[in-house]
Amino acid sequence: MHVTNKEKICNQQSPAEGCACSGQAPGAAPADNVSSRRNFLKSAGMLSVNSLLGTAALMTMSDDARANMDWAEWFQGNYRLMSDEEKALARARLERRYSREYGKAVTVDGTPAQEGVLMGYALNIKKCIGCRRCAKACVEENNQSRGKDQEIEWIRVLKMEKGEFSKEKMNQGYPEGLGIQVGGNAYSPAGVVLEGEHYYQPEAVPEKGSVYMPIACMQCEKPPCVKVCPVRTTYREADGPVVIDYNWCIGCRMCMSACPYWARRFNWSDPKLPKEAMNPVTHYLGNRPRMKGVVEKCTFCIQRTRKGRYPACVEVCPVGARKFGNLLDPNSEVSRIIERKQVFRLKAELNTYPKFFYFMD
Amino acid sequence: MDKLKRFAVDYVTYVVKGSPAFYAWIALLCALILGLLYGTYLHAADGLRYTGLTDQVHDGLYLANFVFLVGIAAGAVTIVFPAYVYHHKALHSVAVLGEMLAISAVLMCMLFIVSHMGRPDRLWHMLPIIGIYNIPNSMLAWDTLVLIGYLFLNFIGGFYYLYKKYTGQPLNDKFYLPLIYVSIVWALSIHTVTAFLLNTMPSRPMWHHSMMPIRFISTAFAAGPSLIVLIFLIVRARTRLWIENSAIDLLATIITYCLGLALFLTLSEVVTDLYANTEHAMGLQYLMFGMHGFNDLVPWFWGSLAAMIVAFAILLTPYWRTNYRLLAIACILAFCGIWIEKGMGLLVPGFIPTPIGEFTQYFPSTLEIFVTLGNWAVGFLVLTVLLKGAIGILLGEIAYAATAQDKTISGNAEVSIAPELT
Ligand code: SF4
Ligand code: SF4
Repeated sequence: MHVTNKEKICNQQSPAEGCACSGQAPGAAPADNVSSRRNFLKSAGMLSVNSLLGTAALMTMSDDARANMDWAEWFQGNYRLMSDEEKALARARLERRYSREYGKAVTVDGTPAQEGVLMGYALNIKKCIGCRRCAKACVEENNQSRGKDQEIEWIRVLKMEKGEFSKEKMNQGYPEGLGIQVGGNAYSPAGVVLEGEHYYQPEAVPEKGSVYMPIACMQCEKPPCVKVCPVRTTYREADGPVVIDYNWCIGCRMCMSACPYWARRFNWSDPKLPKEAMNPVTHYLGNRPRMKGVVEKCTFCIQRTRKGRYPACVEVCPVGARKFGNLLDPNSEVSRIIERKQVFRLKAELNTYPKFFYFMD
Repeated sequence: MDKLKRFAVDYVTYVVKGSPAFYAWIALLCALILGLLYGTYLHAADGLRYTGLTDQVHDGLYLANFVFLVGIAAGAVTIVFPAYVYHHKALHSVAVLGEMLAISAVLMCMLFIVSHMGRPDRLWHMLPIIGIYNIPNSMLAWDTLVLIGYLFLNFIGGFYYLYKKYTGQPLNDKFYLPLIYVSIVWALSIHTVTAFLLNTMPSRPMWHHSMMPIRFISTAFAAGPSLIVLIFLIVRARTRLWIENSAIDLLATIITYCLGLALFLTLSEVVTDLYANTEHAMGLQYLMFGMHGFNDLVPWFWGSLAAMIVAFAILLTPYWRTNYRLLAIACILAFCGIWIEKGMGLLVPGFIPTPIGEFTQYFPSTLEIFVTLGNWAVGFLVLTVLLKGAIGILLGEIAYAATAQDKTISGNAEVSIAPELT
């Protein structure tokens, strides 16, 4: 059954206020327009300084103009096929909408793929202790929906059993009497398999007898999700990540069916993203706030990594199990891991060629 | 042009007139459509949150009905094919009813896709000309195109035929026959592509086998004619149009063959998957017996299988098959059995367990059920109207000659409208 670890998130989020909501004060009605308008006016000045695109003039629009702006967003084309000017316009439009909605100066970056870079990831499953700090950091960095109503996490940490074999079961099994053909110790999972429990609620990690394997989007080099998308919403960028144009997605969920790693999530309603927790540094193809009815997933923190930073999960991992770098640079950490360690890819038999590798020391 | 206008006017005037029973039926459908409107409003306002869908089982009743109805649309070819390829006389005279059924079924398919979409407001992204298609890669893009094509083929073919009947002119075979032959092949293509939509995804091992297209075709050619037989029986009982026994008997034979094949393919799948019982068989095992204490789908599977077997037994016995009361029961059983088989029996367990081994049960929400009923109601409303019009024309109750004396009036009307337009 669908069990979530939502309580945990709420506690980490805002211990005083209970569950995540927009509230300026506990008990305030969530997301009221009045306060968002006020915040918007307050931050208008900030934005005009921040915005590279000179959008300040447009910030003082009337309500009608705002309505027009949303229409323009509705009519915009597929991001990948836009000219550079159209892209800049689309981003500026979003910056205005987000700044208004979240009451702070939001930037929507459009840095394109970097020359000579192919992003790759390596994860040391021996080191992972299953603390799920990566999953939480990801939610905060990437503006996922949170709270009871709609909780989205891109990273799932699978807990797997080390395995158990018992002497009693040696002569059990079936068929009985005619020579056992399925031994009594069958059907007890052991070691690293993909199937695992990801709603575990431990007292402390790591737990005895458990191994952990975090998964998220593998940024497949031959992504089945891209192949099935009817309208070319989701596509592979030259530097590696598979991205989604949230404004073009029609929400058909074909990509979710096609992904063999269960990496994609759907916005069943408008995302619940508290204003104060919203990360205003965004990328068009990355962590900008999504809307209802579209699909989302990990992008290797494109808003950070295209600016030379590490993904949030790499930064936060307390045991250094997560490594990220340029697969084209032989001296990068991930290239050296692939060179020196024994690495494997999940479900390699499906020929998706993930750029996410697992290894053990 | 004038004739065409008369055709439209006569057609509409004829179909809106009917007995109290007819109006009661229309009123019932409209009541169900109200539910659809409310559901559509909620979907548009708040997204799909009121459905039973989750990130684990993210396609449900809507997509299942879509898949099933593509089969019904394709199944209409079981009238057209014997009529035009084998020149079956009785079917030939009512073949246009098959085209009317196809039009309504494709329309329902489109409605279900719109209900299924997370962003129905962005439908234009996948419309021909203004949208963008991921061709040749995306099966859903192909499916959209072939369905739109099929709708046009049947609309043009069907109404061309009716119009010619109406005016009493002979058909232009050079135009009409190629249209019919193309639509026969096209019918196969729509359901094949729909099967490819699902079975080309190795991420869902339960679907990933080459048997899916033929299984889809065989179930479609059982469910489609089952519905047609039921419609024929109703038409015989409630209208003056007499449909020959030979037409119904031929359809019953087609259902028998196709249902037998479908059952055989089910058996093959069960043996192939469960013999080795690898991880890839978990979906089927969950469907048939339940797993880890989750067994919501088990009654659906066995219920559907039982319905199909009973239907097959009735159909296989000539003595029962020719008893039209029993035949009607067999058709209802086959239709429902296949509807379950393609929905709860195929689509849903494809998602259980998820690719990372998680079991999440799915049960449609009340709203989903309302929207589904509403979509069917729209389809049946369209079907009722189309069949009524077509039958009227076949019976000669709507005919050009009969209204020719009104011609001058319509001519005057045209003159009086024209200045306003300019
Ligand atoms: S892991 Fe899934 S979502 Fe990510 S690129 Fe591969 S198929 Fe697409
Ligand atoms: S849900 Fe969106 S991204 Fe996924 S296949 Fe459909 S349109 Fe493409």
